[in-house]
Formats: sequence, structure tokens, C-alpha cells
Amino acid sequence: MSILAAREDTEKSENSNSRDFLLLDAMLSKKEKKLIREIWERLTPVAEHIGSDALLRMFASYPGTKTYFAHLDISPGSTHLFNHGKKIVMAIAEGAHNISDLMSTLAPLQILHAYQLRIDPTNFKLFSHCMLVTLAVYLGDEFTAVAHAAMDKYLSAFAAVLAEKYR
Amino acid sequence: MVRLTDVERSLIRDVWDKVNTDEVGPEIISRILIVYPWTERHFGTFGDIFTITAILQNSRVSNHGKVVLQALDRAVKNMDNIKLMFQGLSRMHFEKLNVDPESFRLLADCITIAMACKLRSAMNPEVQAAWQKFLYSVVDAMNKQYH
Repeated sequence: MSILAAREDTEKSENSNSRDFLLLDAMLSKKEKKLIREIWERLTPVAEHIGSDALLRMFASYPGTKTYFAHLDISPGSTHLFNHGKKIVMAIAEGAHNISDLMSTLAPLQILHAYQLRIDPTNFKLFSHCMLVTLAVYLGDEFTAVAHAAMDKYLSAFAAVLAEKYR
Repeated sequence: MVRLTDVERSLIRDVWDKVNTDEVGPEIISRILIVYPWTERHFGTFGDIFTITAILQNSRVSNHGKVVLQALDRAVKNMDNIKLMFQGLSRMHFEKLNVDPESFRLLADCITIAMACKLRSAMNPEVQAAWQKFLYSVVDAMNKQYH
């Protein structure tokens, strides 16, 4: 917990919260936020399938990402994979429910990723791309260029917020 | 030099066989322009590409997508010769067109996603991995003449 105290900078977090709130709000239009919220609402009933599919794609295309999962069984169809995939999708869906509040929604996950998991943030980009492919496969023509753009922006913002406490 | 296994080659050929370039071609440039609007910098001569409606209706956008897929088609048929094949195009994109090579990576990802929308479950994780390995080798070849 001493690392936590050393890195804590209350002044920075107060200022950056309001700045990032404005940034996030500006990045996505009302229409885009609605589109994102609706898509993730539809996907929560199949969260474990969506999540495990995206993870499998990431492991296949970017084998280096497997190094973070040595403690789990990540073979196709495994319980670990479904559970982990579901966890990730539910977090993304929760964030999508109120995008303007992303900073406070993700605060616990920020701490987890920065101090415990310490996943190199480059991997968030790789996962996001694979999630976009999963969405394209699942939604087909419904995953229009406009939906793709909105989703890419949201996932980028999500990743940026997640990595915010790294240093 | 990227080495593709026999299994990967077969997966790449099979998935490419399923692609209707008349359908996917128009998708890829409109996607890169809509998802990454700063790439419009490269298309100064294409007319109106400044609204989503204009992009989706622009015939030069759809034609250019088909041209890109035609080049990919030649690459699929010549998987051992990709670096040589794209030498001229790489030089042209650097010297004449001043294209940021990061754009090739962005376009590659848009191509994969456009294909996934049409091919659905045929673009499974194993296929995606092989396809991307091939596509990134094309991106790499397009970077080679930048100096």
C-alpha cells in the first residue's frame, strides 16, 4: 500500500477528472453514446460468448498477450475463458450505460490494472481491435462504418481511462 | 520476411475466395475515412469526403477500395513475392503521395473488419490470425521504400 500512497496525487486527480470528463463528453455525440449503450445492452445476455470470442481472437493473432493468462485455462470453451470474457464485457457494458461517468465507474478497475495486473496498455489496443472484429462478426451489416467509428472511440476512451493511474 | 505455413496459406486463400470485392471494396475506404477522419488528408483529389453521406456516396472512394483489393488479390496469388510486388507502390505512396505509413495499418484493420461484417463466422479466430499475418506482411512491404 506504500506504492499507492507514493503515486497518489490528489491535486492531479481532481483537475484531471474534470478535464477528462469534458474530453470524453466531447469525443462522442449524443447519438453515438446512445448507439453504444444500445449495442452493449443487447450484448450483455451473451456476454460470455462475446468476451471469450474477443479473447480467443487476441490470443490467436497476438500470442504475446497470452503471457498475462498463464494462471488460467484459456483453451476454447473453457470455464475460465467464459468467466473472464464475461467479466470484461460486463465492465465495458457498465461503462457504456453512462459514458459521461466513465472515470468514476472505472475507478476500482483503474487501481486493479495499475497496481495488480500491470498490463502494458499497448495490449488494450490489441484487445479493442479484436473486440471490433467480434462485433463485426456478431452484428454483420449492422456494424456500419458509423457504428464502427463510435465503438472504436468508446473502446479507446475506455482503455485510456483504464491506464490513467499507471504513472 | 514473414513465413506462412501451409495451413495459414490455405486459410488465407479460402477466406479471400469468399470475399466479393465489389461489396467489400467500397466499404474499406469509407470505413477508414469515417473511423479515422484525419486520413482524408490523403484524398485531396477525391472531391467531397467531408460528411458521412458524401463519403458513402463518393464513387472515387468506392473505386479506390476496389483498386486496393485488386492489389491484395495479386498478393494472395503471390504470397512468396510480396516485398517485391509492392516495391513500386511503396515508393509511390512515399515519394508522390506522402502517405503516413501508419495509415496502411489503419486500412489493414478496416479491411479485416469489413470482411468480418460480410463473412461473419467464417472469419473465426484462426482465420483472422492467418489473414492478419498476411495483411501485416503487405503493410510491412508498403513501408519498405520509405527512407
